[in-house]
Amino acid sequence: MSKKIVATTSLAGCFGCHMSLLDIDERILDLIELVEFNKSPIDDIKTFTKQCDIGIIEGGCCNSENVHVLKDFRKNCKILISVGECAIMGGLPAMRNNNASITECLEEAYLNCVSVQANEEKIIPNDEELPMILDKVYPCHEIVKIDYFLPGCAPRADLIWNALVALVTGNEMDLPYEVIKFD
Amino acid sequence: MGESKSQKSVEVNAENFSECCSCSCKNIKTILAKYGSDRVRLMDILIDIQTNVGCISKESVKEIAENLNISKVDVEQTLSFYHFFSEKPTGKYAIYLNDSAVANMMGRSDIAKALEEEVGCKFGSVTEDCQIGLFDTACIGMNDQEPSAIINQRVFTNLTKEKVKLIVNGIKNNFDVNDIQIEGYCQATHKLITSNVCSNIKKEGPILTKDMKVGDALKKVILMDPNDVIELVKQSNLRGRGGAGFPTGMKWQFCRAFKDEKHYIFCNADEGEPGTFKDRVILTERPELLFEGMAIAGYSIGSDEGILYLRYEYKYLQNYLEDVLSTLREQNLLGKDIGGKAGLNFDIRIQFGGGAYVCGEESALIESAEGKRGEPRDRPPFPVEKGYLQKPTVVNNVETLCAVTKIIHQGPKWYRSLGTLDSTGSKVMSISGDCDNPGIYEIEWGFTVNDILEMVGAKDVQAVQVGGPSGSCIASNEFKRKLAYEDLATGGSMIIIGKHRDLIKDIVMNFTDFFIEESCGSCVPCRAMTVQFKNKLEKIYRGNGVQEDIDQMLEWGKVMKMNRCGLGHTAANPILTTLKNFRELYTAKLQKTDYVSEFNLEEAVQESCAAAGRIPNLGGDHE
Repeated sequence: MSKKIVATTSLAGCFGCHMSLLDIDERILDLIELVEFNKSPIDDIKTFTKQCDIGIIEGGCCNSENVHVLKDFRKNCKILISVGECAIMGGLPAMRNNNASITECLEEAYLNCVSVQANEEKIIPNDEELPMILDKVYPCHEIVKIDYFLPGCAPRADLIWNALVALVTGNEMDLPYEVIKFD
Repeated sequence: MGESKSQKSVEVNAENFSECCSCSCKNIKTILAKYGSDRVRLMDILIDIQTNVGCISKESVKEIAENLNISKVDVEQTLSFYHFFSEKPTGKYAIYLNDSAVANMMGRSDIAKALEEEVGCKFGSVTEDCQIGLFDTACIGMNDQEPSAIINQRVFTNLTKEKVKLIVNGIKNNFDVNDIQIEGYCQATHKLITSNVCSNIKKEGPILTKDMKVGDALKKVILMDPNDVIELVKQSNLRGRGGAGFPTGMKWQFCRAFKDEKHYIFCNADEGEPGTFKDRVILTERPELLFEGMAIAGYSIGSDEGILYLRYEYKYLQNYLEDVLSTLREQNLLGKDIGGKAGLNFDIRIQFGGGAYVCGEESALIESAEGKRGEPRDRPPFPVEKGYLQKPTVVNNVETLCAVTKIIHQGPKWYRSLGTLDSTGSKVMSISGDCDNPGIYEIEWGFTVNDILEMVGAKDVQAVQVGGPSGSCIASNEFKRKLAYEDLATGGSMIIIGKHRDLIKDIVMNFTDFFIEESCGSCVPCRAMTVQFKNKLEKIYRGNGVQEDIDQMLEWGKVMKMNRCGLGHTAANPILTTLKNFRELYTAKLQKTDYVSEFNLEEAVQESCAAAGRIPNLGGDHE
């Protein structure tokens, strides 16, 4: 059996889910036997070089670049998994979705906040190279079809591991209570 | 609840804010003194201030908190919970226009438009001179005479554009709302009721028929042993008429068994289930029957205090009901040494709510009567053990207590001869919607839906909503079902929906909005999932739904059982029962792919680009 190909990315997330993936410890050696990584911060491949089987998405979408990357993943991966609270529900970044418009958020961050000291020209960053900020933070499944969801903040290493192994081997997933218990 | 939708949109000119909502401390002190500075009477205190001033300001809250020796937050949490309390001015004349499904079916939107034009402000706001406020409100129990509105506690029914003109004209001329005369309204039942609300009794049954003298049942009871009275009620197989159907005699027996220095009888007249208005009619037409039933219940469980918890929407009945109570006291049917029996005391006071559907749940009702937020309690202990002020308490529906009086008067055997074997007696039904004769029908249990549809003159019926939004929406293949606890149970309302209605938009969405608004917020599925349900519903309605959306809603429906109270359990029923009985209405709107995104990059980046002063770069690579 040829190795399954996995890609990963962190959108509007904190990389905590990727850290959790690394928490599989010595099983990373088993993982390398099972899968090959393509575009991912883990091997630093920046662009897709071939069609992948599994795409692991951390973080929701807060800007146009996130949307672009997510759509790129959907195009290049057979299966997409939303991993963690931010990908599934927007998470901490989505706190800005409530009670404040994006204009108010930007003005607070760049113009009005007490810690703003050196912005005499009152500029909200507007360089063409910068990603455009979305009106709110979106969970991934509102932008593209997501096939599986692994909850947690971050999901435990065991949960990610069990899910990956089940997907790759085609066996039923081992889901003991402990791996989806959050407190 | 009230703190979210009803208050956030109130816009008042900042300059006149304080003068719109000024209440002299002397006023508040008088009100506080009236209730003996009792923290348990916080609801009454807030109602009086709201009524007198039109709002409850921060200063008032401070004054109340100091006087009752509780924290400001204690006051604020009660204040913010109820729809009819407001920290912001609601105007000298606060107009609450019913926004229920049936109100909308009967032309509510035209009335809303006419009101906005005549008054000169939008719904959810107050005119600049602070005279008139316009607000939405959930079903006010007038479904048989919609559209209708409450203005300073007076109810105006069957509104037309012409009536709106007359009413607003009267208000602008500074008339007291009770002095505004409008022709063409049905006559008030009693001189103390100024609202021209029609009772619309279309069919009288054993409960509503006036065939006994006030006090006869009570006089019979006080010669009996209380346990024997409970036995009679048990023999009648009477079950609670509020909807849950718990055996009444058993409830009394449990309560009596808990020994304590004090027991309480509550009558639940919160009647918040949209489409239900039978209790309003019973309270208007047969209040003595109810109060006598409360006294009988009091005697049976050993209680000397009864409380009628009446929804705020029915405040127009207050003077009338107080008058009935004092007549009963004069007749020695309430008060001290009832019926000449030394030491037998029982009296009733009326406790008003502040506008909250969830208070119809008995433990929430008790919390509310104690001056707190109307959040349901964890059970056990049940109210029969620890209820009002932690004392054993019976909470019965208006109709249940009326039935008790008749059962005592005519005997349990007579009562058992009515209805079916498992559902004895009769049911007072509130019928509204698309039919010729909406109103009150008292029928024996066992009538089929078809029988009723024929009786009320309903043709071309698409669906019938049985038991309000928390009940179920049934299609014609179920119209042969019988109304009975063992078949189609109901708290007493039927909304008839004609074939020309858009069931999802007119009914399901309105009901879902209702539950979102009325959730107390305590349990997550009820607070959050209802909103998710609504989003899905809207997505499907916009034509962007896929099969998975329906599958997900069905899965989520199971989660609703995790909620603490009946409101939460049933909050998805409008969607779940129509998914079951009218699935084709949903599937017809679905797209035949497995995924549709409603995300639009161009729209999503518009605002931030404008704020930063840059031109959106949507280049082809985003596709």
